[in-house]
Amino acid sequence: MMGQAGITTEDVAKSASGADSPNGEPQAAADVPLLRIEAVVKKFGGFRAVDGLSLDVRAGEFFALLGPSGCGKTTLLRMLAGFETPDEGRILLDGKDIARVAPHERPINMMFQNYALFPHLGVRDNIAFGLKRAAMPGAEIEARVAELIALVKLEGLEKRKPDQLSGGQRQRVALARSLARRPRVLLLDEPLAALDKKLRESTQLELMELQRRLGLTFIIVTHDQEEAMTMAGRIGVMDSGRLEQVAAPRELYEAPRSRWVAEFVGDINLFEGQLERREGGHLTMAPRLTIATREAGILQVAEPRQPITKENLCVAIRPEKVKLSRRGPAASDNTNALNRLEGVVTDVSYLGGVTAYKVKLDGGAVLRSSMANTARLDLDAYGVNQRVVAWFSPEDCVVLEQ
Amino acid sequence: MSSRSIFTRPARLAAIAPYLWMALFFLVPFAFVLKISLSQTAIAQPPYVPVFDPAEGWDAIKTAFAALSFDNFKLLVTDDLYVLSYLRSLVVAAISTAILLLIGYPIAYGMARLPQRWQSVAMMLVIVPFWTSFLIRIYAWINILQHDGLLNQILLALQLVATPVVWLSTDSAMYLGIVYSYLPFMILPLYATLAKMDRSLLEAASDLGASPLRSFWLVTFPLSLPGVGAGALLCFIPIVGEFVIPDLLAGSNSLMIGQTLWLEFFTNKDWPVASSAAVILLLLLLAPLLLYDRLQRRQLEAR
Repeated sequence: MMGQAGITTEDVAKSASGADSPNGEPQAAADVPLLRIEAVVKKFGGFRAVDGLSLDVRAGEFFALLGPSGCGKTTLLRMLAGFETPDEGRILLDGKDIARVAPHERPINMMFQNYALFPHLGVRDNIAFGLKRAAMPGAEIEARVAELIALVKLEGLEKRKPDQLSGGQRQRVALARSLARRPRVLLLDEPLAALDKKLRESTQLELMELQRRLGLTFIIVTHDQEEAMTMAGRIGVMDSGRLEQVAAPRELYEAPRSRWVAEFVGDINLFEGQLERREGGHLTMAPRLTIATREAGILQVAEPRQPITKENLCVAIRPEKVKLSRRGPAASDNTNALNRLEGVVTDVSYLGGVTAYKVKLDGGAVLRSSMANTARLDLDAYGVNQRVVAWFSPEDCVVLEQ
Repeated sequence: MSSRSIFTRPARLAAIAPYLWMALFFLVPFAFVLKISLSQTAIAQPPYVPVFDPAEGWDAIKTAFAALSFDNFKLLVTDDLYVLSYLRSLVVAAISTAILLLIGYPIAYGMARLPQRWQSVAMMLVIVPFWTSFLIRIYAWINILQHDGLLNQILLALQLVATPVVWLSTDSAMYLGIVYSYLPFMILPLYATLAKMDRSLLEAASDLGASPLRSFWLVTFPLSLPGVGAGALLCFIPIVGEFVIPDLLAGSNSLMIGQTLWLEFFTNKDWPVASSAAVILLLLLLAPLLLYDRLQRRQLEAR
């Protein structure tokens, strides 16, 4: 949407990528990540808010830190901005340790969750604030501010005070202000949390477009997994001050590395059990594990790439990969439908695009299934108390060690 | 409907209560003072003429009205004694307010930055001296400042001075007394604005390249201006009319208007001149009050 404003945005992009950044940082060498966080620890009293966390962020990346509240993601972001000093570890920007550099001396800017706009300054002066501190000539400031105002489409509102703006407009002022100094890294702390759903969705797309066009490095903190998955190229899932997994959205969802990640990202069915036997692994058959679960009987799952070392396992299957039918899968599905579980539908939630079912299995567990409503009239929909067969393929299961 | 009649009546009463209060305890007394200020002094009971006596009928009141004049006001604006008193009051109030601001701002700023549980302790420390009577505290200062008082004893003991310094009955003593007495009135409104300031604004300023000192001047100070205005007026207005502190601590060679007023009223028994002095004082103080009101209204509109 903001793409049409492209008058002088190439300028922003050019200097944001290094060449004439206000701080004169040299262009990062290809093999050195733009930002490297090394074994960083931050303690508040006895509480370790960030606990030995390491992470590399490449130049031009859109990286999301995702986690429940209190997981340390905001503390990590504040350490990158300079508002908190790590107790241990290093933060390298272009190979230089900035962990103890004051915030006003870092080529990193932040967009605050509450926007933190200066209430006594108008839109123009808010955006120009950082430029004036950089001792930029007046004419240049004027030009840059005008360019940013066009970029975030706030033309005509230059003189308005923040309290005369709508939430969405304030969000744009905050964005323009944080972009004004052309930061090497832009930190965004829950930037869309205060917007309503529709505005949030369109702003997500605008942010992505902006980041791609300006070639900037964005690190966004969010507790909203859909937001993280929509926007970010990579997501770091945090819990208790540590990174549980760093991966692209698809990998995070389809191949979670731990039970915690599997449960945190999206909905999932989990069945605990023990490894019974391993078979296959030859030409005609992919290696396959048989797992005896407590509540869902014997399940066949594809062997994961990393070898299983523990006896106690957990079989995870996403609801949309569980199919329901009245009399079992059609013959053509037979090879895929190695896992068949019988039960009774206990709950049906029609959600528009999909319908979510809860099935009480004969083994005792509740299995969730969601099926796309591909036809407007679905004569085959299941009602409560309907007896069904739920089935899913071994390849759709994820095996997690307990 | 019944609930409406129950609730609107007390609500309406509550809404007009402040106006009733103002009419009863400000406007009516002020009308008396204004009338006396337009009268002439007399050796009588009460010590001025004319006197309105409703018992004498409508015509008598009309002649009494005709006898009112602005002579006292003419005297006040032409006689140096009064003009200088007014000027001195304004200057003393302005200087005191400036000193109060210089001392009160850092204290309020420090309080606002304390950890939450220490803030209430600091607030108590500011307020507690006021549990002692104002007069006792001023007399305590006389004790400290007098020739053989605590201050001179300490200075002599430390051999900072060879002979006792004259503190009492000087302008310095008066300023000390005023600043000491009015400091809480400066600190509390300043603290109130500084404490509710969003700290993320300072973080944003530093994130955008402002050093801590610049952040203060560009963000904290401008945003604390309402508190500065409130504190300054809260101190300036009563200091202009201050009587006790200059009377007890300052010398007698120049008077503030409060002292002049007291002299006219009690020593000269010239109620009309004293009343007109009070009326002019009120008009002088109306200007800063209206200014403050306008500033506040503008801020409310901006919101």
